[in-house]
Amino acid sequence: MTQSVVVQVGQCGNQIGCCFWDLALREHAAVNQKGIYDEAISSFFRNVDTRVVGDGGSISKGKICSLKARAVLIDMEEGVVNEILQGPLRDVFDSKQLITDISGSGNNWAVGHKVFGSLYQEQILEKLRKSAEHCDCLQCFFIIHSMGGGTGSGLGTFLLKLLEDEFPEVYRFVTSVYPSGEDDVITSPYNSILAMKELNEHADCVLPIDNQSLFDIISKIDLMVNSGKLGTTIKPKSLVTSSAGAVKKRHQKPFDAMNNIVANLLLNLTSSARFEGSLNMDLNEISMNLVPFPQLHYLVSSLTPLYTLADVNIPTRRLDQMFSDAFSKDHQLIRADPKHSLYLACALMVRGNVQVSDLRRNIERFNVLLTKCPLAHCQTVP
Amino acid sequence: MSIVTVQLGQCGNQIGFEVFDALYTDSHCPQGLCSKRENEAYQASCKERFFSEEENGVPVARAVLVDMEPKVTNQTLSKAAQSGRWKYGQHSCFCQKQGSGNNWAYGYSVHGPRHEESIMNLIQKEVEKCDSLSGFFIIMSMAGGTGSGLGAFVTQNLQDQYSNSLKMNQIIWPYGTGEVIVQNYNSILTLSHLYRSSDALLVHENDALHKICAKLMNIKQISFSDINQVLAHQLGSVFQPTYSVEGSCHYRRNPLGDLMENLVPHPEFKMLGIRNIPQMSENSLAYSTFTWAGLLKHLRQMLISNSKMEEGIDWQVRPPLSGLPTLGKASLNRGLHFNMSIANLVILRGKDVHSADLGGFKDSALYTSWLEPINAFNVWKTQRAFSKYEKSAALVSNSQFLLKPLDTIVGKAWNMFASKAYIHQYTKFGIEEEDFLDSFTLLEQVVASYCNV
Repeated sequence: MTQSVVVQVGQCGNQIGCCFWDLALREHAAVNQKGIYDEAISSFFRNVDTRVVGDGGSISKGKICSLKARAVLIDMEEGVVNEILQGPLRDVFDSKQLITDISGSGNNWAVGHKVFGSLYQEQILEKLRKSAEHCDCLQCFFIIHSMGGGTGSGLGTFLLKLLEDEFPEVYRFVTSVYPSGEDDVITSPYNSILAMKELNEHADCVLPIDNQSLFDIISKIDLMVNSGKLGTTIKPKSLVTSSAGAVKKRHQKPFDAMNNIVANLLLNLTSSARFEGSLNMDLNEISMNLVPFPQLHYLVSSLTPLYTLADVNIPTRRLDQMFSDAFSKDHQLIRADPKHSLYLACALMVRGNVQVSDLRRNIERFNVLLTKCPLAHCQTVP
Repeated sequence: MSIVTVQLGQCGNQIGFEVFDALYTDSHCPQGLCSKRENEAYQASCKERFFSEEENGVPVARAVLVDMEPKVTNQTLSKAAQSGRWKYGQHSCFCQKQGSGNNWAYGYSVHGPRHEESIMNLIQKEVEKCDSLSGFFIIMSMAGGTGSGLGAFVTQNLQDQYSNSLKMNQIIWPYGTGEVIVQNYNSILTLSHLYRSSDALLVHENDALHKICAKLMNIKQISFSDINQVLAHQLGSVFQPTYSVEGSCHYRRNPLGDLMENLVPHPEFKMLGIRNIPQMSENSLAYSTFTWAGLLKHLRQMLISNSKMEEGIDWQVRPPLSGLPTLGKASLNRGLHFNMSIANLVILRGKDVHSADLGGFKDSALYTSWLEPINAFNVWKTQRAFSKYEKSAALVSNSQFLLKPLDTIVGKAWNMFASKAYIHQYTKFGIEEEDFLDSFTLLEQVVASYCNV
């Protein structure tokens, strides 16, 4: 089984990252009843014996002692990272995995990229090397950042060049939050363009996301829940947006629900690599199949369903509806309308109790739209 | 003589498990419909071919499992061990951590040379366990990365190292609607390499197997294990023991050799397909009876009309009249979609086998002009029934059945190649555009040869 390291840069990156780790822990807790450290967990977490001081504490098999996330947290101002370290997830992060500064980048790509880049280059490399050493077989770096700010876009993209030079064989998957129509940072267009150039050249795969789409999805869910029509049949904690009350029960911050959607996306993307299924698709297969030309590596993502019904046996029509929804632009995490332009390639990743015949049937339905489409099929229900 | 099976990639390993399971279950099936002595000889023959003996009596499959990521091989090994009836050797598994990423070039150029020694060592160990080696049976898919790329590499190596043994590759033709975007590239590269190094290619199409599951077996929610079980049933009906000479009671000793001798008269024509009759769910089996005449009639028409199962056969298709000159024959063929065969092998299992009349298959109109029916057609028989079917017949044929799918895949791959899509993923690992062009040329040649049969 392969491991992945998550690098969260900037305020946005760290907040999304925090939701991601919370959900990942919850997912593994639901699947792994016996508390044994197995290969699925090892893809994102290390099993560490905290009594041992220094580096030698890693345990590879047996019961879970203490899980540490394979993550590097980078931010040029301390506020967000400190908050994470004081919250319930503080034990999941190693104090040696952080890089912080005091003043921040001032929403300036140049400061993030050139000034802090050169200042912290050695430190960043060292932390990355450390986390890579802890991995048996490192497959992929997940970088989470925003494009509009200073640290996320500047330092985040500086990282990409470093990773390409230092670890040329490891894939770089970047989750970028693009500025949406009503954006509060005035220099965000400049920051985004400068960052895009770096992404074009150094990333293997980019998953662009924008806030407006996430917000639309949330409004849709709220409408569904509040309209009462499906109210009784929705499982209470099953919303893609809910953090099920564990992390921030009292102060639900405005971006929490949106970050949860992105976290779900990342988890689902890697699910086929972590769990068994009848047709597995690893991350390198995703990048192989969806990147026809080296610079065309921007993937539009969408998630269905947005909530689960209490009735476990999903009747076929609802399943077919889910497939249709996956292609509808209301479920996408970025504003785009692929149906009126051209699909170069698309991938369907299915989790849960779906059989090959259902997949076949639905693909035949969409045959007009699709000429090229790979499948992955993973059996574990989250 | 024994057959060593090499299972490659996710597909290969999942199928391999089902095949061994089907072989074992059939050989230990109590309803053999023949005498006890007969049954024992059958069991012993099957065991010698596919299993080796271990200390505590549990048979060990003669197989080597290879995959570049551990999930599937772990699953396969544990499923076999849990069944308690047979298992895989503890050390016959080779796997890595990272997978091939559906990239033929990665499987062939990177994984191949890197792991060549370990894999060949494992195969060597398995071969040494055999008293005498009949050949290799390699199970792989064409669409993925490991099965296709590493499979092509391994077959080439086997050609070099064991040049006296026969190799039959079981390849899985992907779904027409697509499983993997680059499946066309992977398929053409695999086929062209295998055509050079393998002795026979036994092809199973996912689409056909899916239809069999849906229509004949009446399975509502078809999963891959259902498809694999149908495949295993078909393979079992070909590879289980049969009598060696008409009338004798000794079982055939060299199945692979005899198969190739009968079916691959010319190295240009290597693609074999299996048709099996009857095929139905266990529930329906209890209510059905069969006659040899009926079964064989259906089987013959399945061959001629290129149908893969006994439902939906086009009875309008007939072989052309034998009086016409060769050219006329060719044009008539195309009009009526008549499936010309180069060679056929019918395997009959069950009650009253000797009374079956195979005259329909000896018609020279079914075969090409350069091979007499007496050479092109063969029969294998055994009285021992297969897998609870009172009478069953299998047809292994070397015919034009794969012409259309092959043409389609080559066409699609060419379209993608013309726009140079995804080529950078292959050149990254050393497969250049010339390799693609070579593959296209070879396959076009094969298509033309089959067309002009």
